Amino acid sequence: MADVGKLEPAPLRFDAPPSTSFFAHARHVVSENPITGLASGLFLLIVVAALLGPSLVPFDPLMSDTAAALKPPTWKHWFGTDQLGRDIFSRVIVATRLDFAIAVLSVVLVFVFGGLAGVMAGFFGGWIDKLVGRIADTIMAFPLFVLAMGIVAALGNSVTNIVIATAIINFPLYVRVARAEANVRREAGFVQAARLSGNSDWRLLLTQIVPNIMPIMAVQVSLTMGYAILNAAGLSFIGLGVRPPTPEWGIMVAEGAAFIVSGEWWIAFFPGLALMLAVFCFNLLGDGVRDLVDPQRRN
Amino acid sequence: MSAPPLLEIRNLTVEFATRRGTVQAVKSIDISVAKGETVAIVGESGSGKSVTSYAVVRILDRAGSVANGSISFSGIDLVTASESQMRDLRGREISMIFQNPRAALNPIRKVGRQIEDVLLQHVQATRATAKEKAIEALAQVKIANPQERYDAYPFELSGGMCQRVVIALAIACQPQLLIADEPTTGLDVTTQKAVMDLIVELTRARGMSTILITHDLGLAAAYCDKVVVMEKGKVVETAAAGQIFTAPQHAYTRRLMQATPRIGMTLADLLPAVPSAGAPEMKSPAAAKADVSSTPLLSIEGLVKEYARPQASKLWSKLTGSSEAAKPAFRAVDGISFTVARGETLGLVGESGCGKSTTSMMVTRLIDPTGGSIMFDGVDIGAIPAKAFAASPMRRRIQMVFQDPTDSLNPRFTAERAIADPIMRMGGGLGRDALRARCEELARLVGLPVDLIDRFPHQLSGGQKARVGIARAIALDPDLVILDEPTAALDVSVQAVVLNLLEELKHRLGMSYLFVSHDLNVVRLLCDRVIVMRTGRIVEEGTAEEVLGSPKADYTKELLTAIPHPPGVAA
Amino acid sequence: MLAQIGKRFLTVIPSLIGVIIVTFLLTRVLPGDTASYFAGPAATPQAIAEIRTKLGLDKPLPVQFADYVAALVKGDLGQSLTTGQAVTKDIAARLPASAELTLAGLFLAMSIALPLGVMAAVRQGSWIDHLCRIIATAGVSLPVFFTGLLLVYVFYFILGWTPAPLGRLDVFYSEPARVTGFLLIDSLIAGEFETFRAAFAQLILPAVTLAIFSLAPITRMTRASMLAVLGADFVRTARASGLDSSTIIGTYAFRNAMLPVVTTLGMVFSFLLGANVLVEKVFAWPGIGSYAVEALIASDYAPIQGFVLTMAILYVLLNLMIDILYGVIDPRVRLEG
Repeated sequence: MADVGKLEPAPLRFDAPPSTSFFAHARHVVSENPITGLASGLFLLIVVAALLGPSLVPFDPLMSDTAAALKPPTWKHWFGTDQLGRDIFSRVIVATRLDFAIAVLSVVLVFVFGGLAGVMAGFFGGWIDKLVGRIADTIMAFPLFVLAMGIVAALGNSVTNIVIATAIINFPLYVRVARAEANVRREAGFVQAARLSGNSDWRLLLTQIVPNIMPIMAVQVSLTMGYAILNAAGLSFIGLGVRPPTPEWGIMVAEGAAFIVSGEWWIAFFPGLALMLAVFCFNLLGDGVRDLVDPQRRN
Repeated sequence: MSAPPLLEIRNLTVEFATRRGTVQAVKSIDISVAKGETVAIVGESGSGKSVTSYAVVRILDRAGSVANGSISFSGIDLVTASESQMRDLRGREISMIFQNPRAALNPIRKVGRQIEDVLLQHVQATRATAKEKAIEALAQVKIANPQERYDAYPFELSGGMCQRVVIALAIACQPQLLIADEPTTGLDVTTQKAVMDLIVELTRARGMSTILITHDLGLAAAYCDKVVVMEKGKVVETAAAGQIFTAPQHAYTRRLMQATPRIGMTLADLLPAVPSAGAPEMKSPAAAKADVSSTPLLSIEGLVKEYARPQASKLWSKLTGSSEAAKPAFRAVDGISFTVARGETLGLVGESGCGKSTTSMMVTRLIDPTGGSIMFDGVDIGAIPAKAFAASPMRRRIQMVFQDPTDSLNPRFTAERAIADPIMRMGGGLGRDALRARCEELARLVGLPVDLIDRFPHQLSGGQKARVGIARAIALDPDLVILDEPTAALDVSVQAVVLNLLEELKHRLGMSYLFVSHDLNVVRLLCDRVIVMRTGRIVEEGTAEEVLGSPKADYTKELLTAIPHPPGVAA
Repeated sequence: MLAQIGKRFLTVIPSLIGVIIVTFLLTRVLPGDTASYFAGPAATPQAIAEIRTKLGLDKPLPVQFADYVAALVKGDLGQSLTTGQAVTKDIAARLPASAELTLAGLFLAMSIALPLGVMAAVRQGSWIDHLCRIIATAGVSLPVFFTGLLLVYVFYFILGWTPAPLGRLDVFYSEPARVTGFLLIDSLIAGEFETFRAAFAQLILPAVTLAIFSLAPITRMTRASMLAVLGADFVRTARASGLDSSTIIGTYAFRNAMLPVVTTLGMVFSFLLGANVLVEKVFAWPGIGSYAVEALIASDYAPIQGFVLTMAILYVLLNLMIDILYGVIDPRVRLEG
């Protein structure tokens, strides 16, 4: 076919829309909403504290010093000391690793299992869909925090079980999103076209469906991170999972709660503040990620 | 010059604030509408025709604003009028109807109440008389049983019926100007005609002026006195309807005119006359018919597709003892038989819900038929389950071009990856370089500039995406290609190019087409034979000239008379 | 309409069955010996064996399940080791306290969130919109127990405006005669206005804590769905017909915007019932949440399971009410097959 060049039958020229790179778009999202930038900074701080926390802090988080008990914040103890004289600043920083780890692990767990179950339910339909839907519905029939309490109480009071319980209560959320997205795309033209190209169902699922719903799942991940931390801290606040004297934000707030009415506010305040900032940061990041992938805003 | 015009748009510029700075959607345009006159504003997508009408009624969204110019209506400047003044004008003096009528109505309010709201707002009725007047308005738009329909919700009405309600809403207060923004887009041709006839009848009877905004030149010509052609925010031509078709002045108008399919023209006529490079090789449609051989490539016998009706929960019907569970299955395709010969293009025509798309899905083996056989080159491929067909050697011989080019491309695949997909799955182990070479060859074949094949779909235009879809469909030299409304989502000038490309490829590669469409004008151009379907059955079958020239079935006649024809051309 | 409600009741059945199976499974997956957990930490081996037989743990699982369901039907959720009472009785006594707190919190949240969300959407980009967005993000980020403690510190310790966070009623007051179990209502019925004031003073901080928490999702949803509806075609039609903004926002947009909000209420209730547990602990509120927390500390399992089951059944019923409410607003659901 030497003459193919002559085949160009288009006297009309189509103007292709200008291309937008992902990074240009990311820059735009951050510049339009500087808070997202702030949240990213905060996120980095959390990651550093989680990775290096124990080697950064000035005091041993478990070392008690009854002589220095219940001291308000000073230059020596930035966040004051608790009823056993432990340095609250050190405890708050060291606790980051545990809280962060619980959140990350539970989200990874539910992302893999919930996401996969949802995608398969949405794509294959039939009995898989019914089964997955029934499981998700049953979980959703409980108030989620209450179910987490019940699961940890039944499985045993440990950090692992907090991770599992947090993953379980997030399961329906992931299933729902993944299922809906896969279901919409199942009938999409490009999936049908790939079918005509001779792709098997599993290949369709992995090459056509999954990559296209990843951005939406990423939003889901960043939005549920905050919720996972809150949930884990809530459980330890009521005495489940983490045991004293392990530094963990929820349990530290619980320990400080008794001192609020007598005015020693700092014991509960600083771990609570750390918890709040972490959750706030994840929620803001979630919004940022959504802006980043939302096709309606990418225009 | 007699009386002053009812509406006078002068030097109007409308801007939109976007991320990339301000964009002028409408650039210093002048349009005037006289009392009782019907004016069409015609243009392709992005021409600024809808924005103009929103500026008149001042319902531009937040980002849009009138940057310059004036709009005067009966002596009132609408650009500077106060918001409360505008509110009084909207609905009472100027009203609008929109495309997608179902969405244009409040989904959870009875349609009668929605008409009442407008009547009460403009003090055209009191609480006591509102209901009566609303029913009267429904009767005027020829809705049967207006008393009953008063209590209906939009979801209980058909699309055409909803559009009637929207019209009733718009003319309830006897406005002087009606703006109809693509009022029939998305409706079936027969409904389209009924709705347009109704609009014209009502506005003529009341001496109203009308602005019809449309992309369809035929529609504009059939119903309007004056046509304003817009391109990229500018008015390129304004002329009387008859004149614009017989003697178009502007190059764009001519091109648009030419690209609009009409009776008595060939595919090549759609394209502007250019020194044609590849054209000599093209065979005329008459010559093409000689190719049609006697043994059919595809032969369909008694094809049926049933869908179970959605039923109330079985448990519930058992408990209440009702027998509603025993509804018969719905037959989307009800025992049809036809053949496609080698080298032939068969048109499958019908309105929405007639079963044409279901038929094409069964032939492409994407869904399983309930009954009947699909013989392809002597093999009953209907017997191979759709799930297993991906692995069948027949798969590569039947391919499809989809309706929406955007939807049919994976947003994460480049054009090359999309075209290569079938070759990688079924084309035998081509090496990387060979694959690339083949993709480039296919791109050239469909007229897609080779440097574009590394782009992602969102970086391509609609026409380019359509070409990628075609390249993918022909990548494995299929024998049969199903074209499912391949140009429905494209502007008319792009459609002209794509149709020509398809015709040319068919001859070059020796393929057969099953062309599914609702657009009779397009079918006429491309097809050798035509099948007309309605409610799952075939109502008429024959050569394109027979069926479209001298139809026998009433339904075909009805379809044909419903298409608007540009004047000056045989109709 | 009645038939519709009846139909919705049927949809509750699978959820209830699921809930019962899960709670049953939770009682059986206790690590180690279930009987010794139920017997409590200080039980002798003999006592454990007795409990095992008493609980029927020596029987096969399906039989155990049948026994469990049979006991449930009779309203038997076992005995609490801490209070020595039947769990059903304990829960019934404490439920009104939790309900009063939750409803007060929800009512407060709705009465702020709905107007705020609507205003934010109508005046998109204004200060009220920014306020709304801050509240929506900050609100979900606040751990309820932390907000509660902050409020206590500020309003009790520093300002002294509210009484000590110790339950529903100051010890100096006696509870009014029990009619509804809601102190605010019962005290009014009894005509004891001083008691009403005292109960109100106790309620205000925990209710505000809950409200702050549930404010965020409702505001966010109201704003988002109001924005979506304001951009819808039918609102454009209404504007093009010259309807005034109060009709457009009130009759056209708001009612449509409420549909997703009502759906979100299910999620809000889920959060609210969970947050309730934490708030009850902070304010020593004698509801079923603090009952469960006390039981957790004492490793007393029957009350915890009773609590989980009660909460789940309540939640299922709340969702049913939301469904029915949805049907009232949306004719499309009402008339469906």
